[in-house]
Amino acid sequence: MTALEQTNGSNGTPLLEVRHVKKYFPIKKGVMQREVARVHAVDDVSFTVREGETLGLVGESGCGKSTLGRTVVRLLEPTDGEIIFQGTPIQRLGTRRLRPLRREMQMVFQDPYASLNPRKRVGTIVSDPMRIHGLGSRADQKRRVGEILETVGLSPEHYNRFPHEFSGGQRQRIGIARALALRPKLIVADEPVSALDVSIQSQMLNLLDDLQRELQLTYIFVAHDLGVVRHVSDRIAVMYLGKIVELSPAEELYTRPIMPYTEALLSAVPIPDPDLAEKRERIVLEGDVPSPINPPSGCRFHPRCRYATDVCRQTEPPLVDYGNSHFAACHHPLNVDQETLQRAGVAEEHSSAEADGTALPQDA
Amino acid sequence: MAEQLLEVNDLKVQFATEDGIVQAVSGISFKLEKGKVLGIVGESGSGKSVTAMTLMGLTRGVNARFEGEVLYKGTDLLKVSDKELQDYRGNELGMIFQDPMTSLNPVYRIGEQIAEAIRAHEKVDKRTARSRAIELLRQVGIPNPENRVDDFPHQFSGGMRQRAMIAMALSCNPSILIADEPTTALDVTIQAQIVDLVSRLKDDFDSAVVFITHDLGVIAEIADEIIVMYAGRVVERGSKRDIFYDPQMPYTWGLLGSIPRLDRPRAERLHTIEGMPPSLINLPEGCKFRPRCPHAFEKCMQEPELENRVEAPGHLDRCWLDVEYKRSRRDETITGGTVEAA
Repeated sequence: MTALEQTNGSNGTPLLEVRHVKKYFPIKKGVMQREVARVHAVDDVSFTVREGETLGLVGESGCGKSTLGRTVVRLLEPTDGEIIFQGTPIQRLGTRRLRPLRREMQMVFQDPYASLNPRKRVGTIVSDPMRIHGLGSRADQKRRVGEILETVGLSPEHYNRFPHEFSGGQRQRIGIARALALRPKLIVADEPVSALDVSIQSQMLNLLDDLQRELQLTYIFVAHDLGVVRHVSDRIAVMYLGKIVELSPAEELYTRPIMPYTEALLSAVPIPDPDLAEKRERIVLEGDVPSPINPPSGCRFHPRCRYATDVCRQTEPPLVDYGNSHFAACHHPLNVDQETLQRAGVAEEHSSAEADGTALPQDA
Repeated sequence: MAEQLLEVNDLKVQFATEDGIVQAVSGISFKLEKGKVLGIVGESGSGKSVTAMTLMGLTRGVNARFEGEVLYKGTDLLKVSDKELQDYRGNELGMIFQDPMTSLNPVYRIGEQIAEAIRAHEKVDKRTARSRAIELLRQVGIPNPENRVDDFPHQFSGGMRQRAMIAMALSCNPSILIADEPTTALDVTIQAQIVDLVSRLKDDFDSAVVFITHDLGVIAEIADEIIVMYAGRVVERGSKRDIFYDPQMPYTWGLLGSIPRLDRPRAERLHTIEGMPPSLINLPEGCKFRPRCPHAFEKCMQEPELENRVEAPGHLDRCWLDVEYKRSRRDETITGGTVEAA
């Protein structure tokens, strides 16, 4: 449904626009707490989220995907850049002016054990957002909590129970219920299923899918599992060391990855089919993600990239449009024909890179 | 036939708790030969980790009761004293744990921790142990091991810590390596490195591996034989091909169908296994999967034995359903019908 709308690209008005957002964390040392370095957690990221779509954010741990998710809903203060929610720039709004907007954007957290207050009852946990925003009377709130609990597959009788009485999957449902309490438009889900068993994980993914359809929700779905992200997303942004390195319609990312990092990431996903697993060529990335304190020069992926050349070490590749709303930042794009390269204007800028690019082995 | 290293016969593990008796493992049997990888899959609470820890004697305690046998080269490890068990741990059986963050001691240097493991089992001086530690770190792929040996765990990344754990587990050349969810806490790219490493080291060190995971993708890459556990029982056992291409247990279908897969077209909806795994204190009557099984019928009120019901001789399952019926129905669950549509 949403996928169709997306590819038509017609009725998707932007709900959230993120422009050149940066989030640096200072590292302080000594008695004076002098700033000695900065962690470049999110470094100049721009994207748009359209109404009703799901944008997946993937990447390895430490790539800044969670920080980005938290920054766009202002749980973290952006160091620089603009965040425009429903036409209002919110990056510098004060607490009071931000509060009504907070109703529109909610979060679901990763750890269903740590994100619920163990001393509060389920009813309080889910109704607190309504109390804070002064919505309805006590009785209204209670009725609404019952409704929401049913929507997420729990029962209104669970109102007076404590979180410890629930299993991991049920707790995650409580977390989702709390996020839904204010009827938000945007939900940022930060690894909502990675702490759950596979059978519970699929229940949760189906639930999120149903809720999106019923309540016209927009999701930013942060996850490291590429299978899960493909299942839920309309578009996917791949992050590496604080940058978006590829942004593409979901299916296209899997059939035609342009950035070598995406290709490697996809090839590392184990496939539950022994014959296919054996036949498949696996690109094993050497080493770990470099430190975001001193990111590598040029393309941040170059030390681990098997196609890297001098240009990658020196110049940072811009995020280039390869058509069909498929963007990638790479000097040696994969799976791109000559014509698209020229249209994208990469050919002139990096003529040496283009020659290499066509000689690259193509993935079947 | 290769040398048989380990034979587990009808192992049962129970823990007495305030709430009642937890039947963590209720009758698991398998054999492990040199050079093989046995994969154990299951969800949380299926008893897979308790099985692994029992092999190492790590579940011993006043509230634990064991039945059955764990025969390592003919010796029953359940019967040996705690002191004798020390000679087996590390020397004969090495273990890698899930969480490389918490299983290394943060206040000791990596090299000291590996050397300590070596010196616990062999009479060697500190210098020799240290150079062995450096050699091991090199073998598990830590770059520049001469310098990194003096690092503290916090100076290592998650993948490197897991490599250090593997180095420690291998320090005394164990015949069996038990890996309990060794890749779960890691990113896919690092996971691929560790899976490759474990299968390479298995050959280098001439050992066998028990690989425990909930990830069927990882199992498909590494295992020779697979055990599927549910509620403390083996519900299906067979070669890798048996389990992936001719699965007999509806629970196994459910697991296969629940994962969003990259090798198939995107499913409109994922298959779900309704409900939750049962409490191990209060197990349901009959087949333990019955309350969640869409194919359950009257006969399922009796628990089926783990038996061979198909042509392949080593392929065992616990399901009353007719084999032909199962073969005709299972694709609805596993592929959600996408294959027919294609």
